[in-house]
Amino acid sequence: MSTATIAVPTRRASAVWSALRETGPIGLASAAVIVVALLVTIFGPLIAPADPYLGQLSNSYVGPGPGAPLGYDGAGRDVLSRVLAGARTSMLGPFFVVILCLAAGTLLAVWTSWVRGTVDAVVSSVLDILFAFPGILLAILATAIFGKGLTAATFALAIAYTPYVARTLRGAALRERSLLYISALEVQGASAWAICFRHVIPNIVPLILAQATTLFGYAMVDLAAISFLSLGVQPPFPDWGVMISENLSGAVQGFPLAALSAGLCIVVVVISFSLLGQRLHENYEARR
Amino acid sequence: MSVQLRFFARRLLMLAATLLVASFVIFGSLYLAPGNPIAVLSGGRSLPPDAIKLLEHRYHLDEPFLTQYWIWLSNASHGDLGISITLREDVSLLIAQRAGSTAGLVLYAAILIMIFGVGLGLLGGLKPGWIDTSVIVTSAISAALPAFVAAIVLIAVFSVGLGWFPSLGSGQGLLDAVYHDTLPAIALAASSLAIVARVTRASVREEFGREHVQTAISRGIPYPALVRRHVLRNAAIPITTITGVTIASLIASAAVVERAFGLNGLGAYLVSAANSKDFAVVQGISLVLVLVFVIVNLVVDVLYSLIDPRISLGSRAQ
Repeated sequence: MSTATIAVPTRRASAVWSALRETGPIGLASAAVIVVALLVTIFGPLIAPADPYLGQLSNSYVGPGPGAPLGYDGAGRDVLSRVLAGARTSMLGPFFVVILCLAAGTLLAVWTSWVRGTVDAVVSSVLDILFAFPGILLAILATAIFGKGLTAATFALAIAYTPYVARTLRGAALRERSLLYISALEVQGASAWAICFRHVIPNIVPLILAQATTLFGYAMVDLAAISFLSLGVQPPFPDWGVMISENLSGAVQGFPLAALSAGLCIVVVVISFSLLGQRLHENYEARR
Repeated sequence: MSVQLRFFARRLLMLAATLLVASFVIFGSLYLAPGNPIAVLSGGRSLPPDAIKLLEHRYHLDEPFLTQYWIWLSNASHGDLGISITLREDVSLLIAQRAGSTAGLVLYAAILIMIFGVGLGLLGGLKPGWIDTSVIVTSAISAALPAFVAAIVLIAVFSVGLGWFPSLGSGQGLLDAVYHDTLPAIALAASSLAIVARVTRASVREEFGREHVQTAISRGIPYPALVRRHVLRNAAIPITTITGVTIASLIASAAVVERAFGLNGLGAYLVSAANSKDFAVVQGISLVLVLVFVIVNLVVDVLYSLIDPRISLGSRAQ
């Protein structure tokens, strides 16, 4: 008789695609919007019709016209070009926040759910205390310490979001750990390391993916708010948050288009991420 | 000691621990910040060694870190948050001058959330059909509106377009202040209001599907009593949770709205202090904001145990 084999439920990278397919028309439409946003992130500065930095003051707050479908901003720069070029910081900032807090949150969740006991209790209460810091406040503190800019705000938001990730994933990891196949692997002599990285984490990938999608939207709003408060990306660099801040006075004077164009980009991307995140989460819950 | 008292005592202890750690993080992180406080104090001029000694002594910079933290914390507990480097005034005084503006704004937004967020949610949950559909659509749009975008839209429509409300500044006297704060409060409340409406609607729906409600319907209990006694009392827990959490989060995001509408509140002041590296102010405001945030969360916890006494027996409801 051969050695006992145990059916181990593993899902690999293809899980991402099958998870996407199961989100239905709304999920797929949201994914399509996100793909467009990613393409603009990569190619935005290349397809911008005009120089996003160069303006003519005589064009200040001139409305849409030939060659400038979204008009000009307060400094007479082409709004469409700035929106296209601004996708880069507006999308990459949240991307790094999500990567950082997911890495930290996943490791914390798997580690504490594996060792349990005192470590789990201590880490959980530290995370509870971190909940007392709203993300924006932590980001403002970070920019006060390390100076204005996207880097400090990105790290601060990642720290602020980690408790949310860790708490959600810890529950899933605990559930996974109590399953029979984990005990079977332990009996077979698999190392804790191997079980966590080859089995527990791959099996909670759908939930990690759902979290990533939802958090991306939050991170985008919070980072844009930091830039809007002139503590994040610095003008004249094109960024959607910066554009809203720069053109606030235009809105007060009756020329809201420049600020609204950037605002609309944020809203559309955030809605897409939140709808897709919701669908992914529902599918994960349904499969449980 | 009764169970509820023990529950409150535990919550108060956790609040104290949270505040202690938060204050340590706030003080410690700014202590580690690059840059020499003396250089900031002297404005970059080089000072004679005696003057440096004097300044170091006055600001306790010659003490070890933990002593400095202890001095700062015990002073803070007496309401002394140090002196602003840029304005040369008491931080507590500067904070007190601006706290009213922010408190008014957050309170206004909180009232909007409680009336319209919960109200819309109840409407959608209790009245299926086109009313419910319009609640869903409205809340979906409003949930995705960050405060800074909502501010631009409100200014463009109601201030510049219709001329109903001012777009900048705060008013004199109560009525005028409320009038000036209307657009800022709506901008601040927009996305939280939608989240509260969504959760309220969902929990009312869920309760209607429960067996005890179905039983009550078959027993012939009149509709108003059914809603009041069987649906709302059970739906109250998730509604309180989400309302409390979203209102607590307004405290920090008020900074965005204050910047958008040119209001002179705590958030706007925190941002300008962070900009000018006025650390005593940054520490003071952060401490106050975290304190309020934690207290609001405590109030929500106490409300829970009043709504549902079972909670003080076990863990906190999620």
